[in-house]
This record gives sequence, C-alpha cells and structure tokens, in this order.
Amino acid sequence: MLQPPLAPVRFWQLSAAGGVSFVAVWTVAALAGITSRDFLPAPWDVIERFGQLVTTPFAGYVLHEHLLSSLQRFAMGFVLAVCIGIPLGLLMAWFPWVDRIASPVFETVRFIAPIAWVPFAALWFGTGIGGPVLIIFMGAFPPVLINTYRGAKQVDRKYIEASQMLGASSWRAMTEVLLPAAVPSIVAGLRISAGLGWQSLVGAELIVASSGVGYLMVKGQAAISTATVMCGMAAIGVIGLLIDVVLRRAQLLIEKRRGL
Amino acid sequence: MANIVFQDVQRVFHQNGQAFVALKDINLEVQDREFVAIVGPSGCGKTTCMRMAAGLEHPTGGQVSVDGEVVTKPGPDRAVVFQAFALFPWKTVWDNIEFGLHSLGVDAPERKRRIEQYIALMGLGGYERAYPHQLSGGMQQRVAIARAYVLDPKVLLMDEPFGALDAQTRVVMQEELVRLARQHPRTVLFITHAVEEAVYLADRIVVMTRRPGGVREIIDVKSIREREDWDQHKRIEDVMDLPSFVHLRTHVWKLLRDQHAGEDH
Repeated sequence: MLQPPLAPVRFWQLSAAGGVSFVAVWTVAALAGITSRDFLPAPWDVIERFGQLVTTPFAGYVLHEHLLSSLQRFAMGFVLAVCIGIPLGLLMAWFPWVDRIASPVFETVRFIAPIAWVPFAALWFGTGIGGPVLIIFMGAFPPVLINTYRGAKQVDRKYIEASQMLGASSWRAMTEVLLPAAVPSIVAGLRISAGLGWQSLVGAELIVASSGVGYLMVKGQAAISTATVMCGMAAIGVIGLLIDVVLRRAQLLIEKRRGL
Repeated sequence: MANIVFQDVQRVFHQNGQAFVALKDINLEVQDREFVAIVGPSGCGKTTCMRMAAGLEHPTGGQVSVDGEVVTKPGPDRAVVFQAFALFPWKTVWDNIEFGLHSLGVDAPERKRRIEQYIALMGLGGYERAYPHQLSGGMQQRVAIARAYVLDPKVLLMDEPFGALDAQTRVVMQEELVRLARQHPRTVLFITHAVEEAVYLADRIVVMTRRPGGVREIIDVKSIREREDWDQHKRIEDVMDLPSFVHLRTHVWKLLRDQHAGEDH
C-alpha cells in the first residue's frame, strides 16, 4: 500500500537532510585522507574551482558561456525531436499504414544508444553544431514519439466516434482530438525526453565540439583537474533539474486545467 | 423524406468460432419528423440498431438507409447523442457545439447565430466558456443535445441519453426534450430501456425481443396522445397519471415482462 503523502514542512526537511548527508559523507571521505585530493576533490575545492571557472576562461570560455553553448545545442536537438516526434506519433496512431511503415525501423533504431552515433556525427558534421544536435536528437526523439503514439492510441473511443459523427476530417481528428487527448502523455514524454537529451549532451561534446560543458569536462580531465570535471557534473545536474522543474510545472498546469 | 429504413437487417457476431445472432430480421421505417423509441431488455441489440443507423457499426445482412442513401460511415447528417455525453473535455461548451459546424463549412456569422440559438434553447446561457468537467451531468447532456441539434441533421440518434442522469435531472430533461421535439420536430431514433420515458417521448414505440433481437411489436402512441391531448399538461407527472398513459405503459411493460419470464424458469 502507498504511504500517505508527507506534510510540506516534513517534505522539505527530508529533502534538505538528503542533500546535507550527501555532502557530509563526501566531506568525511575527502578529509579522511585515504586518497589524494586529485583522486577525490573536497567540496570546498570544487566551490573554489567553480569561482575560478566563472571568472577565468577555461577551454576557451568561462563556465556560463560553456553552459549557454550547451543549452543552445540541447534546445535545437530537443525542439527538432518535438517537431518530428509529435506529428509522426499522431500520424502513426491515426493511420495504420504509417504505423506499419515506421514501426519496424523505429523499434530497432531506438535501442541504439545516442552515443553510438558519435562517429557519424563527427563524420557528417565535423565540429559544427550539427553533430551534437544529432546526438541529442537521438536521445530525445524516442520518448516524444512513443508517448505521443501511446497517448493518442489510448484516447477513449467515444471521442473518436463523436468526431466522426460530427464529420471531422483526418486532419481535424488528429489535431483536435488525438493531440489534445494525448497532451498529458506527451508532456510526460517531454520530461523523459529532455532528461535523455540533456544526458546525451556530454557524450556529444566529448568528441564533436569545441565548447560546452562536456568539452569543458574533457579538457578538465586532460589537465588532471578533477575539480573542473566535478564543476561540470554539478552544472549538468542542476540545469537538468531546472529543465525538469519547468516541464513538471507545465504538466501540473495542464492537468489542473483539464480537471484531472 | 428524411426517413430511416431498416431493411432485413441482421447482425451476426463470431466468437470462438461460434456464430451468435444478435439481431434478426429487423424491418422498421421511421417517417419524416417522427420520434421513434426503441425499448427492449438489455442485450437485445437496440443500441446496435442505433449505431448501425449512425454508421458506427455495420449490419452483416440487409441494410440501413437514411433519406434513401445506404449508411456506410458516420456523418453530420446523422447526429448522435451518446449516453456517455462524449463531449470533448479539452473544448469549451461553445467550441464543442461549434465542432460539427466547421465540418459542414458553415460560415462564421451563421455559426454564431446557430450556436447562440441553441445555447438559449437549451438553457446554457452563461456557460459558453465553461469546460465540460465544470458542468453537472444534466448540463453536459444539454450541451451534447445542442451539439447534435445545431447541425440541423436529417436524423437525430439518441442512445439512452438520460441513462447516466439522476432521477430528478432525468425528468427535467425529458420535459425539455418533449418541448424541443414538439416545437422543432425532427426525425428521431431514441434508444431507452425506460418504458415511461418511451411512452412519454415517442410517437411510436418499437418493442424488441431478446436474443436474437427482433421487432416484437410496434405501438402507435401519437394518435392516442393527440386524441387525449397529453400536451396540454406541462408536467410529466400529470401526463403519467392519465388513464391512457397508464394503459399504454402497462401494455409495454407486459410485453417486456413476458420475455424476462422466459428466463426465470
């Protein structure tokens, strides 16, 4: 059985306790001196390095410039995934023949990790923006398509029948019935999609980029500056969390408007 | 000339390799501007009859035609009012009523005029911008009825439209539908299992047999209603007290009861 939900104060207390414990264990491990500081930098090393990265360019740019560059690529790959994934998902849900044509290819390709596309990203796009965008797209695309398709497939038959008896064309059935009916599922898909896309970013920037958080981390590794790598990890985690918070807000808003 | 014709309609289901006859030899003609109610025990296939006229299901034998054309698929000339309302939850009351008018290519000023007319007629004023989930069941079904009537369809098909409403709301809706049907007569095929509802609303009642579903008896209500002038009474309970109403109701009840009796033994 599910436990009853926590009171808001308790909720935030426990969340804070989780964060504090994590830092505490990290601090103790660093202070114990079992390993060298380069092997596991202490929290204050990371904070100090963070201060430097914000003011002094590393790997060509300061930290927020790297972040901005990463966010741009992410936005392009993500928007591309949304612009192709939602219409294709609706078409597959409405026309069985589109489903039959697209499914075998999609169902195979989606199991290939985005990082596996790195050689082609480098080959096709060099160090241009196309390479990282392709890899982010490969990560972000499947959840959008799958959730659009499933959401549209699960629309209550009575709405389809109502739209048919009201003379709706295929276009109107897809845009005015399937799409709005699938919105909760699509938004849930966007959250997964943004997560996977943002994760794939580091992989993309490892090889086919000359800026970005991933690139910063590679350069940090080369310079044996583990604190730099950790700054990159922290930045990715925090930005990922922020993206998810925004999408979760959107999801709650939509559900509230629908009276769910 | 907008009539519904069921001609030797048959419906056979196949389940686990066994043929199961759901409907057999349905012959029925609904005249222009006639209100016909189909009553029958549950599972007799009365909803299937309506769905075949709507084009949402298809007969395995015979044919259903509306206005001389054989029904093959659903369309706005045969508007349906569903038991489960089936209003689009993501559209406002206004947009729900407008949906079908777009398909018919009705221009904007005319759409506005017709929607406003039915919003007033169904007592939906002030709720134009509300979403279905913000309305009671009765109000939702008013929207669904407006959405069907606004199309000015050849025929209206209603599948137990008041079946999901509470008793009080149901009575109000029945009175409103009578008012609407007498003021704006349309060709209506009305499915119900409530005998009183059928006697109160219909010009003719088709009583169906159960498994395989067929036409048991067709009862003419209109001539009795007009002779006894039921419509002088505004309230449903006053009509229900009239001896002629009671007599008809009992007659339909017995026809249905006979069929259940066969199962009890």
